[in-house]
Amino acid sequence: MKVNLKINDLPVAVESGSTILEAAEQLDIRIPTLCHFKMDCFHVEHKCGSCRVCVVEVKGRPNLAPACCTPVMEGMEVKTNTLRVINARRTILDLLLSDHPKDCLICPKNLNCQLQALAQEMGLHHLLYKGEQSTYNKDLSSAAIARDLDKCIMCRRCETACNTIQTVGVLSAVGRGFQTVVAPAGLHPLVETECVFCGQCVQACPVGALSEMDYKYDVWRALNDPSKTVVVQTAPAVRVAIGEAFGLEPGSISTGKLVTALRMLGFDKVFDTDFAADLTIMEETTELIERVKSGKNLPILTSCCPGWVKFLEHQFPKLIYMPSTAKSPQQMMGAVLKSYYAEKIGVKPENLIVVSVMPCLSKKYEAKREEFSHDGVPDVDIVISTRELADMIREAGIVFQDLDEQDYDSPLGESTGAAVIFGASGGVLEAALRTAADWIAGKDLENIEFTAVRGLDGIKEAEVEVAGLKLKAAVCSGLGNARKLLEKIERGEADYQAIEIMACPGGCLNGGGQPYHHGDMTILKKRLDALYREDTGKPIRKSHKNPSIQKIYEEFLGEPGSHLAHHLLHTTYVNRKQ
Amino acid sequence: MSCQCTNEPACRTRTPEQAEKYNELERYISTIPLEKVPDRKRGYLIQILHKAQHIFGYLPEDVQKYIAERLKISHAEVYGVISFYSYFTDKPVGRYKINVCIGTACFVKGAGKVLEEFKRRLNIKEGETSGDGKFFLGSLRCVGACSLAPVVMVNDRVYGNVTAEKVGEILKECTD
Repeated sequence: MKVNLKINDLPVAVESGSTILEAAEQLDIRIPTLCHFKMDCFHVEHKCGSCRVCVVEVKGRPNLAPACCTPVMEGMEVKTNTLRVINARRTILDLLLSDHPKDCLICPKNLNCQLQALAQEMGLHHLLYKGEQSTYNKDLSSAAIARDLDKCIMCRRCETACNTIQTVGVLSAVGRGFQTVVAPAGLHPLVETECVFCGQCVQACPVGALSEMDYKYDVWRALNDPSKTVVVQTAPAVRVAIGEAFGLEPGSISTGKLVTALRMLGFDKVFDTDFAADLTIMEETTELIERVKSGKNLPILTSCCPGWVKFLEHQFPKLIYMPSTAKSPQQMMGAVLKSYYAEKIGVKPENLIVVSVMPCLSKKYEAKREEFSHDGVPDVDIVISTRELADMIREAGIVFQDLDEQDYDSPLGESTGAAVIFGASGGVLEAALRTAADWIAGKDLENIEFTAVRGLDGIKEAEVEVAGLKLKAAVCSGLGNARKLLEKIERGEADYQAIEIMACPGGCLNGGGQPYHHGDMTILKKRLDALYREDTGKPIRKSHKNPSIQKIYEEFLGEPGSHLAHHLLHTTYVNRKQ
Repeated sequence: MSCQCTNEPACRTRTPEQAEKYNELERYISTIPLEKVPDRKRGYLIQILHKAQHIFGYLPEDVQKYIAERLKISHAEVYGVISFYSYFTDKPVGRYKINVCIGTACFVKGAGKVLEEFKRRLNIKEGETSGDGKFFLGSLRCVGACSLAPVVMVNDRVYGNVTAEKVGEILKECTD
């Protein structure tokens, strides 16, 4: 049913149940917001109305109304820019800023801060209120996420990300009044909690209260250490997002420029995590076919996403036999570099520094898991996010958007279309199906697109029949969706053989380390399209057809699932139930 | 009804005395029709916390986790509620809960000095428990006995017309 109202004297008709904010959007009238956060393609809307920045005047009401959470009513007359409204907004912003540090120049969210943008938009140049300032210790306990509560504006967006979307449930408002903070139970540091470091809270945080742990300087130091050979790997989702940091259109494919920039920064070799993604498919598909044929330990769950793996270890420890034992591509690459490659170039593993560029904050934690070190030497030494790499490129004076396009180094830079789609939810499963179909059929199949598992939907299902073998598969992204699916499995109500799970809604393209989207979902859709464009443009689109992959098995690993492959490329999981 | 938690390692290390407390809590929770309200379980949180604090004396982390698991809500949410209400405490409280009234009448008649004397003698701050677990020191606002101001409560007992000099006597009366 439609409801008619007027905003700034302009008539508009919207569905009943809509908010004033949504009605104003239809008229292209902008009402400033701060705590409001909407990710419509994941059916999430955070509208707690805590900041009051979006207040408007509604005829006949004594008080101003928050536009983001006030439903429209028939005949309503709304004014969004009267003097009363503007004064109220300024006072609100002034009060918010009275307890907010003014160190924007050195804040990790500088120029990406929505509070800063709002102050600029509203032309606030004088502050009237001086009051008590919050002073908390920073939480730098984890390898992935930094918490600076002095900057928190209590918008509670991180709580929605952590509790509603991800159902990890680590964050809650603690205390009351001025002393309220958003924190884990017991005010424990993040590292001691069930946090999976997906970084969706960092994406949701409009200010500098939540950001990534910064490892840029470690990379600079390694690059300038003559005793070290420094190599880098880049994850699939980085190439379709990093351009945004340099003003390129969202969805631009910047693979070639990315490689050039990394060479200019001084990396000795630029490799592609996509190579390791192909390797992952070789190992994981072997395991998938074994398990399907034997009918044991089904369904097989993907294990590429460290956030998802940690979630399983905490929340569903009874199911830890289910994920594939294959390491994630990042860790496979690290293991291959520190063994096969180090030996090949005659460098000791401790003098080979492996840097990863990831769309993800959980990868920082993953690289520090003890399973992934040998004799104190980690397989991956330093992990930086897409955002951190963009900062380094800028700092080095490299004009990214004008760079020419170069290719990855051989042999660990060669990859297929199957690997590049790892960056999107559904990509890992599709890549595995491409290889599984060929292997089971015993021939090179042409129809290789499994489109049912594509897209940003939280849970996707597909039934595939390959050479008489029926496979029921599911894909899910966002840990809230994963929880639903796992509960179904626990109750014995699901009969899937293979399930792909990614912690972040939509997959790695929406990772916690990607350029901030601030709720603009069109950006995610463009990144998604770009990944599949990159796949289609690749001459080889099946992992097992990658010549470098074939070579590494011939020269070094033997065959998928071999003893050496197991030693280097597989891992174990831990029951973390506290 | 015995303990319903799935946290086996923690469950096994409980003393019989602790285990009995968990069983008592579980008997209480089992009287609540949780299964009938799949979405409104958090509505029962506060009354369960009241009961738990009554049983355990305070709300230790394990108890918080137990309740969170039974209500299928996050531990952080349970802790958030505990931290919001000053009535709930996650720290052990002394066997003798001394509360000095600092309501208007008591304050005017010198409750501040009485409170300072308790702090000095027990060497703890307001809201703390002494190292031996014997005394808790707190303050409250008015117990409705203003004619006896300043007033001090020790557990359920009320002392009237308290002066700093009388603090020693009150403490002496607290024998185990």
